[in-house]
Amino acid sequence: MTEHTPSLGYLPETPSQTAGPYVHIGLIPRQAGFDIFENTLGESMVGPETRGERIRVEGRIFDGTGALVRDALVEVWQANAAGRYAHPADRQEGKAMDPGFRGWGRTGTNFETGIWAFETIKPGAVEGRRGHKPMAPHLNLWIVARGINLGLATRLYFGDEDAANAADPVLNIIEQPERRRTLIARREMRDGRPAYVLDIRLQGEGETVFFDL
Amino acid sequence: MNPDQEFVQRDTAAHPPAFTPIYKTSAFRSPRLPLWSLQNSLSEVTGPVFGQGELGPLDNDLVRNYAREGGEPIGERIIVHGHVLDGNARPVPGALVEFWQANAAGRYRHRNDRYEAPIDPNFGGCGRCLTDAEGRYHFRTVKPGPYPFRNRVNDWRPAHIHFSVFGSGFAQRLITQMYFEGDPLIPHDAILATIPDPAARERLVARLDLNAALPLHTLAYRWDIVLRGSRSTLFENRLQGN
Repeated sequence: MTEHTPSLGYLPETPSQTAGPYVHIGLIPRQAGFDIFENTLGESMVGPETRGERIRVEGRIFDGTGALVRDALVEVWQANAAGRYAHPADRQEGKAMDPGFRGWGRTGTNFETGIWAFETIKPGAVEGRRGHKPMAPHLNLWIVARGINLGLATRLYFGDEDAANAADPVLNIIEQPERRRTLIARREMRDGRPAYVLDIRLQGEGETVFFDL
Repeated sequence: MNPDQEFVQRDTAAHPPAFTPIYKTSAFRSPRLPLWSLQNSLSEVTGPVFGQGELGPLDNDLVRNYAREGGEPIGERIIVHGHVLDGNARPVPGALVEFWQANAAGRYRHRNDRYEAPIDPNFGGCGRCLTDAEGRYHFRTVKPGPYPFRNRVNDWRPAHIHFSVFGSGFAQRLITQMYFEGDPLIPHDAILATIPDPAARERLVARLDLNAALPLHTLAYRWDIVLRGSRSTLFENRLQGN
């Protein structure tokens, strides 16, 4: 823990606490049952100008007893269709910014069905760490809920990207190949449009791979 | 990607572990397997950027942002303010800070809250702001009340405000809770008790700040938030940002 030795002037990170059962009030108030802001952040990810293939991603979250987690908040952060993040640190060459796409959204699991879903676009591949070989197209997911003390980070990869997934530097650091499958969404067709489905298991059999970033 | 943009390893000792039996719900919502450590790529050092134009003028005033015409929420008016800093003690400007809380009676405006305390017709209980160039945030609200919750049969939450904070990178994403100095429920709280380190628990307690109070009108509390810092590689590059 030398990184946080006070004499070096570093500050320790503020401790995390659970988002609790009422996280919806602050971050997705409509699900809590009321309207307050003119602009609810993260509610909609794509507009008419957004470039790229429209997709739906959805899934459920299960606890260690196999029960649905119906009070979770899920956030997504992703690159645009060209594989570029809308952020100044992304200086990848030859990949255009998309002014119609921020790449971030959030939603709650449904109080009845437990389903979370995003209407978004399929991202392009992004260069790997320090410009190394590319990462397969993926969404970064962050999950908080009552009973989760520190937000859980994971990724969603696409089931129709076998070659890219097989070469992905992040999937490949996961020691057990069968656990890599916990991050790969299966492609289905919904009303003539592609949907990618990924269930997340917080604990126990088939436990999703979560990352310490 | 510049190596200086990578974040330092998270000090897990500053946080609650995932499995904390005193907080019963965590027992079946905590991963059993270790997290896979991931060195930062662009996916972790980038994150959403927000602009002031996306927020409304009353978004950081919970006293007014849900009040009916001529109405005002019941309770003790307070200002909550502080800095958002990173682990290198640098201010984080433009950080989106969001907050939500119970009303003065300890009741949330939420369809799942069944506590028998009144809903305040003039209080929504949520707000947000962006930090300024010096990393400062502030908002006005009423002090939330304590309330019971289902854990042990007689568990009560101390008065608290929930905070959600975005830094520059998605790996800095943080949700936590702020408590009030002197609250007698603090030592009994099962949620605070999930944090093993007493010094870390203390960092979640806001201090009364009389200097920031509005005389004859509003009390103030101060609370600083620290997000993870980024690396400073002395030999790979020139010193950046420090």
